[in-house]
Amino acid sequence: MADNVIEVRGLLKLYGAQRAVNAIDLDIRRGEIFGLLGPNGAGKTTTILMLLGLTETSGGTVNVLGFDPVRQPLEVKRRVGYLPDAVGFYDHLTARENLVYTARLLDIPRRQIDGRILEAMKSVKLDDVIDKRVSTFSRGMRQRLGIAEIVMKQAEVAILDEPTSGLDPHATFELLEMIRGLKKSGVAVLLSSHLLDRVQSVCDRVALFNKGNVALMGTVVELANQVLGAGHPLQVEASGIDVATTLNGIEGVQTVRQESDGSWRIVADRDVRAAVAQRIVSAGGALTRLADLQPSLEEVYTRYFQEARRAA
Amino acid sequence: MPRSREGSPFTGLGPVFMKEFADHLSSARMMVLMLFVIVFGAFPVATSLQTLRTVVDPNSFIFLRIFTLESEQVGISFTAALNFIIPLMAIGLGFDAVNSEFNRRTLSRVLSQPIYRDALLLGKFLGGLATLAVALVALWLIVLGAGLLLLGVPPRGVEVARGLSFLVVAIAYGGVWLAIAMLFSVIFRSTATSALCALGVWLFFFILWPQLAGALLISLAPSEIRSIDDYAAVQSMGLGLMRLSPGTLFSEAVLGLLSPETRTLGPMLPSQMRGAIMGAPLPFDQSVLLIWPQVTGLIAGMIVVFAAAYVIFQREEVRA
Ligand SMILES: Nc1ncnc2c1ncn2[C@@H]1O[C@H](COP(=O)(O)OP(=O)(O)OP(=O)(O)O)[C@@H](O)[C@H]1O
Ligand SMILES: [Mg+2]
Repeated sequence: MADNVIEVRGLLKLYGAQRAVNAIDLDIRRGEIFGLLGPNGAGKTTTILMLLGLTETSGGTVNVLGFDPVRQPLEVKRRVGYLPDAVGFYDHLTARENLVYTARLLDIPRRQIDGRILEAMKSVKLDDVIDKRVSTFSRGMRQRLGIAEIVMKQAEVAILDEPTSGLDPHATFELLEMIRGLKKSGVAVLLSSHLLDRVQSVCDRVALFNKGNVALMGTVVELANQVLGAGHPLQVEASGIDVATTLNGIEGVQTVRQESDGSWRIVADRDVRAAVAQRIVSAGGALTRLADLQPSLEEVYTRYFQEARRAA
Repeated sequence: MPRSREGSPFTGLGPVFMKEFADHLSSARMMVLMLFVIVFGAFPVATSLQTLRTVVDPNSFIFLRIFTLESEQVGISFTAALNFIIPLMAIGLGFDAVNSEFNRRTLSRVLSQPIYRDALLLGKFLGGLATLAVALVALWLIVLGAGLLLLGVPPRGVEVARGLSFLVVAIAYGGVWLAIAMLFSVIFRSTATSALCALGVWLFFFILWPQLAGALLISLAPSEIRSIDDYAAVQSMGLGLMRLSPGTLFSEAVLGLLSPETRTLGPMLPSQMRGAIMGAPLPFDQSVLLIWPQVTGLIAGMIVVFAAAYVIFQREEVRA
């Protein structure tokens, strides 16, 4: 338990006969960013609500920071910050007034409230609109205000449901920076999202949800190895030669596949970039690009669900 | 429902109450409601004051008459106007208590703070009730002040006591309707639907129920009335049916409090007549005793409806 902030065992949620969450196991470690991924209706939000004691469980156990959300929801909610999917604030109140209300609910000592709110608003760069009504806020500002609430709360765990949905690329980037900031200050973050490449850039580990089950769990590289197979994919662009025949026989190269005119995809079991470059140049070809392809979560995701559908 | 949960269900009640109270007092809706009350209350009060200025009988409960006098011009007394208006105010304050939190998507965020749903619902209820109380006290003071100015005599102590008790009954009556409005705000996600349903109940009790109760009575009563006992039984059955409406309980309690000569709220039985001097006022404590069942009825109704809202709210999914 020592370095797990959340431990889930056999967690079950039934809606009638439907298993929205089907006996899943999950561990979130202290100080990591953990991503919950999956298609619509996979059970991500349901899982999150059960972690917070906001919806009843149908079976299994949950342990959040040593507390049981079913029996001790107040203890859990005192320590866990939650940013709901499409968070809402009281529009007729200012950002500060909204946070003051939360601070009162949290029973933060009155002397500390002002300072903590200001600090939190600074950390999400909203301190210049702190006394503006929330009705004037954009979607991105509301999400940031939600993060500010978690910062003010000094939560040990932050649970963010689709924090980047509906945000433009720049706002998404900023929000992810703030999520990294949470991690830096020692907060464990659990987030669910559809934006896979963005998630990939912040998550230490991810779990792939499918129909209420955790299909895969681990780091992005581990998942890629599991789904796409081990190996270093490379992309080569060259002209003047046939790369496929030229590269024949380089130690470690497993497959060479032409993707388009002048572009090849190579999979090797080690880093073979130096050897590839040398071989192409010495064969008289013009090497225009040689890139190490990071395994992409998108690819893992797409491939996994293709295969899952085929198997079904 | 949660199994053996820990921590007080009232954690966070204070902040919820304070927020609701402040929100209500500063809302435009509150202004409209106050305007409503003043417009509907001012006419009866003004006309009864006109009439009362000509009365010179220091022993009659002249201040209480301000509330109850049904002048010829308006045809409705102040208390009768309140009987009608208080439910409207309470519905105005409560019809969107819970569903507006859903619609603004604030519910899950608020409930993810260390607070049980109990505290949220109760805080909202008490906040609304306090608002209603403030409005009624203000109104009461205005009427009293106007009486002082225009009649030129101060109210007697017993009149103040009866007047204050009337205020308490009015707040309890408002509580029943607030609970009804909040019940619908828990049941329906749409605020328009819940407002419509609450208003429907209001109209039902004020317009339909008197006739329905009459019709029910005819079908339930024995076809032949042979004795005075039969007659009394039918009478009390009819009264019992009417008392299912909170408005009846309120008007009976008001009658007992503000018209001190009231000796009974049901059909007058010969036993009650014995020894009574017609028209002599009852002592204050006797009047309170007389209306006690009505007051308990109102409070019980409020608790039952609130409990229903509570049970439904506990089972509701928080996700919008
Ligand atoms: N109140 C409910 N009653 C019945 N079924 C429900 C209820 N809430 C959710 N479900 C079902 O549970 C399943 C999981 O829903 P959930 O909201 O957890 O998915 P999700 O992974 O968060 O999806 P999304 O990405 O769309 O937010 C869905 O199939 C949904 O239909
Ligand atoms: Mg969801």
